[in-house]
Amino acid sequence: MSADPGGGAQRHADPMETVPAPGSVGDRAIRSTRRARRWGSWYVAEHRFRVMRSYAQTVTVTAIGNPIIYLYAMGVGLATLVDANLGADAVNGVSYLAFVAPALLCSAAIAVAGEEFTYPIMLGFKWNPVFFGMNSSPIQPGQIINGMVISVFVRMFLTCAVYFAFMLVFGAVPSAAGFLAVFVAVLTGLGFGALLMAYTATLTEDTGQLAMVMRFIVLPMTLFSGTFFPLSVLPVWLQWIGWISPLWHGTELARVFSYGASEPIWLSVLHVLYLSVLLALGWTWARRITARRLNK
Amino acid sequence: MPEPVIVAQNLVKKYKDFAAVDGVCFEVAPGESFGLLGPNGAGKSTTMRMVGAVSTRTSGDLRILGLDPNRHGPEIRSRLGVVPQADNLDTELRVRENLLVYGRYFGLPRAQVARRADELLAFAQLEDKAKAKVDMLSGGMKRRLTIARALINDPSILLLDEPTTGLDPQARHILWDRLFRLKEQGTTLLLTTHYMDEAEQLCDRLVVIDKGVIMAEGAPAQLIRTYSSREVLEVRFGSDLNADVAAQIAGMGDRIEVLPDRILIYSENGESELVRIVEAGLTPITSLVRRSSLEDVFLRLTGRTLIE
Repeated sequence: MSADPGGGAQRHADPMETVPAPGSVGDRAIRSTRRARRWGSWYVAEHRFRVMRSYAQTVTVTAIGNPIIYLYAMGVGLATLVDANLGADAVNGVSYLAFVAPALLCSAAIAVAGEEFTYPIMLGFKWNPVFFGMNSSPIQPGQIINGMVISVFVRMFLTCAVYFAFMLVFGAVPSAAGFLAVFVAVLTGLGFGALLMAYTATLTEDTGQLAMVMRFIVLPMTLFSGTFFPLSVLPVWLQWIGWISPLWHGTELARVFSYGASEPIWLSVLHVLYLSVLLALGWTWARRITARRLNK
Repeated sequence: MPEPVIVAQNLVKKYKDFAAVDGVCFEVAPGESFGLLGPNGAGKSTTMRMVGAVSTRTSGDLRILGLDPNRHGPEIRSRLGVVPQADNLDTELRVRENLLVYGRYFGLPRAQVARRADELLAFAQLEDKAKAKVDMLSGGMKRRLTIARALINDPSILLLDEPTTGLDPQARHILWDRLFRLKEQGTTLLLTTHYMDEAEQLCDRLVVIDKGVIMAEGAPAQLIRTYSSREVLEVRFGSDLNADVAAQIAGMGDRIEVLPDRILIYSENGESELVRIVEAGLTPITSLVRRSSLEDVFLRLTGRTLIE
């Protein structure tokens, strides 16, 4: 990913371009910038980790607290009711706990995306415009976005790994391939998050758009993506919500791994493709918007 | 003559139809302290951003350290230190951490950045604030931290956009002192300001810029000699009378400027002009004889004052 090589400035071929003389300041600049060109995204991620340290407590508490609360409430509390009525192979041929756990795992990834791809982006452009500061250094706009994605990936992966550990503790993972659900969840979170990041990057003013996104996109998505009940329970005219929802694609695939839910192989491939395309689109879009906003 | 570090030729930046910078030409020599002086909206910051390789020019030519920003943005930026008009320190990090993360952006090794950060905290007189939150700093301290951050890569050129705007006089003097030291060490400074005193203190040479166009270029003293008289007599007769009085004293001095609140009489000898006014039977409410400044140059060139 090395779009925008001029770094906040367009590239155009210049036949008159003179090559700086060896040993000149220009020549030394070219050589000393190689590291930043190559590793810039990681430097941005490094910066983000330092910032995350300032709210490490919140990160840790949500990473440990959420799985306990949700797995207990849904998988133990609600499951008692469901399983009592429908038997131990209540939904999809497994216990309700096993059914709902992969969905909760994917939702946890979405929740991290909702936090990390919204306000930190808004902050960087506007409230605490560090992106402009980064852009004054050799760092390029695309690298700023890459660095955000890298840092969120790490936090999301750790959060999901912890979540999965609790799923094991609760006995919610019948299949040995269950650990693959962690990667599915991260892909789900990043796919959705990249789009969210691109959207946030277009905002010059927060007049409540982000709160609206949480209320009218993230929440309904969580409820109607086959999370707590199979999508097939919904009337056909509501099922489209699931089909476009990254959470549904992620959850369905995570179920394949965590308890061997049966679905045609082409559908599993489609889940991966769909989430990957969202990630690629959102990522590219966010890089473009950022380059445009920083190059005034 | 050493190779200039900045060369701008017919530099233009347009936003749709509006030309924020409209054919600007200047050169800055290594070690020189060069100023862009002009009112708000003159195109100073836009010029700075183009020089800083974060804004693509619409036309014209620009070379920084011999490199074209359209092609070598990151390379140019690796040799610049940038102090923007509005601080963009990371308020979620502490003072020293701001320097640490920024140094890494230049690909510098951690140990080197840490050493440099401590030197710069000393230079910025912020050693005892190293662990403070950025928000706890005063405006002047934040400014000094921003300058320290800009120096983390030991830049060839330091760009300062309105470095002391919004600071109280004491904080300004501390900052000027630090910038003076950099100048003495041979750092090339490019700064914008709408303060004449700042330009006179810090700039070896400057351009007066208005509406995206350069009106004059030279050393501060030379500009004053060319565009103004040695002294200025300022007299006030009260806002209602100034215009009437101006008609009566027309012809006095080399030139007269009537401002809403006062009359300026340009002359080699202000005192003698004041004597002539009093002899003419006029009694100003206040009178003041001073040396000509860049403010007068600007007034002469544009017909307007710098700060309106």
